[in-house]
Amino acid sequence: MDVSSHEKIEQDPNFQELVRRRSSLGWTLALIMLIIYFGFILLVAYAPKFLGIPIGTGVTTIGIPIGLLVIVSAFLLTGIYVSKATSQYDPLIRKIVGASRS
Amino acid sequence: MRKISYLLVTLLVCFPTLALAAGTIEGGSKQAVNWAAIGMFIGFVSLTLVITYWASKRTVSAADFYSAGGGITAGQNGLAIAGDYMSAASFLGISGLVYTSGYDGLIYSVGWLVGWPVVTFLIAEQLRNLGKFTFADVASFRLEQTQIRILAACGSLVTVAFYLIAQMVGAGKLIQLLFGLDYWIAVVLVGGLMMIYVTFGGMKATTWVQIIKAVLLLFGATFMAGAVLYTFGFSPEALFAKATQVHPKKIAIMEPGSLISNPLSAISLGMALMFGTAGLPHILMRFFTVKDAQAARKSVLYATGFIGYFYILTFIIGFGAITLVSTDPAFLDAGILEKTKSGIAAIRGGSNMAAIHLADAVGGNLFLGFISAVAFATILAVVSGLALAGASAISHDIYAMVVKGGQANEQDEVRVSKIATLFLGVLAIILGIIFENQNVAFMVGLAFAIAASCNFPVLVMSIFWKGLTTRGALIGGFLGLISAVVGVILSPAVWEVTFGFAKGSAPVRLDNPAIFSMALAFGGIWLFSILDRSTRAMTDRRGFDAQFVRSQTGIGAAGATAH
Repeated sequence: MDVSSHEKIEQDPNFQELVRRRSSLGWTLALIMLIIYFGFILLVAYAPKFLGIPIGTGVTTIGIPIGLLVIVSAFLLTGIYVSKATSQYDPLIRKIVGASRS
Repeated sequence: MRKISYLLVTLLVCFPTLALAAGTIEGGSKQAVNWAAIGMFIGFVSLTLVITYWASKRTVSAADFYSAGGGITAGQNGLAIAGDYMSAASFLGISGLVYTSGYDGLIYSVGWLVGWPVVTFLIAEQLRNLGKFTFADVASFRLEQTQIRILAACGSLVTVAFYLIAQMVGAGKLIQLLFGLDYWIAVVLVGGLMMIYVTFGGMKATTWVQIIKAVLLLFGATFMAGAVLYTFGFSPEALFAKATQVHPKKIAIMEPGSLISNPLSAISLGMALMFGTAGLPHILMRFFTVKDAQAARKSVLYATGFIGYFYILTFIIGFGAITLVSTDPAFLDAGILEKTKSGIAAIRGGSNMAAIHLADAVGGNLFLGFISAVAFATILAVVSGLALAGASAISHDIYAMVVKGGQANEQDEVRVSKIATLFLGVLAIILGIIFENQNVAFMVGLAFAIAASCNFPVLVMSIFWKGLTTRGALIGGFLGLISAVVGVILSPAVWEVTFGFAKGSAPVRLDNPAIFSMALAFGGIWLFSILDRSTRAMTDRRGFDAQFVRSQTGIGAAGATAH
């Protein structure tokens, strides 16, 4: 790619919107994942007894659903990003690519 | 023709040896020969060799060899990534950990999984848009080629080497137990098959071996977990209730145990697992096998789903083994049981065999054979992926870009990577034999620490930070690499367990150095970049905008080659 074409794309409002939206979503979701995971690790390290509280009268502890939720949240957060990217970013990218060719 | 005869010779040489060797070795610490397992394993190997032959016919260019010509779909790549990641260590190791410690196993599974979302949000698409064959393509996109390639190749090769040793030793021990083969035969067999897959079939064969193995493993684990839940009327509560009755730690297996005692250590390990995933060269390489950034991002979503599902299964499998294996004398060592009175400690072959014995308990000999064969297939697939990543670092980064200055003839480059594969295969066999009686458990952790402290910082800073310069990346990257290695050597796992120094004498009290080695890497990159006033630094910074546009839009990205 030569210098003039990338400068032209940088000026494209669609490109600026793409960058703004994608980086804010990407870093926000990454931060959420970090908080969930390190929150879990801190619970494990500092409050193991909390995770060991039984649910109701059984032996299943609340640590089990919490651990499973961390696993499920990893998948859901990835899913949110992918669906946003497909529905919003890809059309923007197609517009930018189209404009850069004209 | 030459390829066919090679394959035939290998088939003829391998299988009778396998069968004969299996027939002559019995007793001792090894299992009795399991013919169902050997039969199914031969079936798997035959199928993969046919695929390798098919792939070899279609592997002509360097793009075919390194990235399967970019022709892998998102779904296939998702399975292949999951295959690369669900190693025998995670299948047998995590179910074994759940077997001995209950909840602690879940803490580990969570750590192995949470790196994936980060890969999706920050790396997958940018990597696909900027790179061609290796992650060094991305890191050196606007920086000085030679130095960055050398750094990235060092990071890749060291990561691959430690991961490979851990896998080879694990493979030898496992196969010894599963099939009744001698340790060295097992190691040679794994190394030999790996060399065949990679040299003849390149990325195409490696990917398909990975996919088949992932499907078999997911199927096997689903069946086992399903059978366990069926035994307890699909009530996890009933399963846990029974497990807490029979396990010597009783109710304590339902909460975090002694595994994580030091908070700083726990956070450091968490960082290594989370960010190491985003720096493993054999995983990063998979993003170049799909046609575009969209497929790259989708493939991580599928992979995250498969891996998360798989870890939930291993948790159920571990608890299933507590209830069904530790209570059945058929799976226990009578001598140890006599001494310890604990079915958990007395398990034959050690806790890593929990899932294998459970297969026998719920599915009989035939299913035991199936799971054993799958475990072997898993090791084969993972070492093949590693070997290909290592070979690419040697041939693409070192040979083609550094030695030949980017002017290498494509056929020569592919030839060099095949030679590099053979070299890595032989090296892996030799190291596997040398390390037979060493404790190699720390090596996977070390591989993740290096990936998190060298590969990941250089990669992520090169993608996102305009201020990054060649000098900064080089110094920071090597700081991360060296501090990770030194940190592991000085940690209790190596200093006390492997070197045998007095307990408590380890200079570093962390099991994993990631927390300070990552900080050193990022700090070093930042500091030496902002201090860099060289003309090269100006070129590096000036190149960012064009790189950024391409990383966001994919304009100019390496396309898929049509076949």
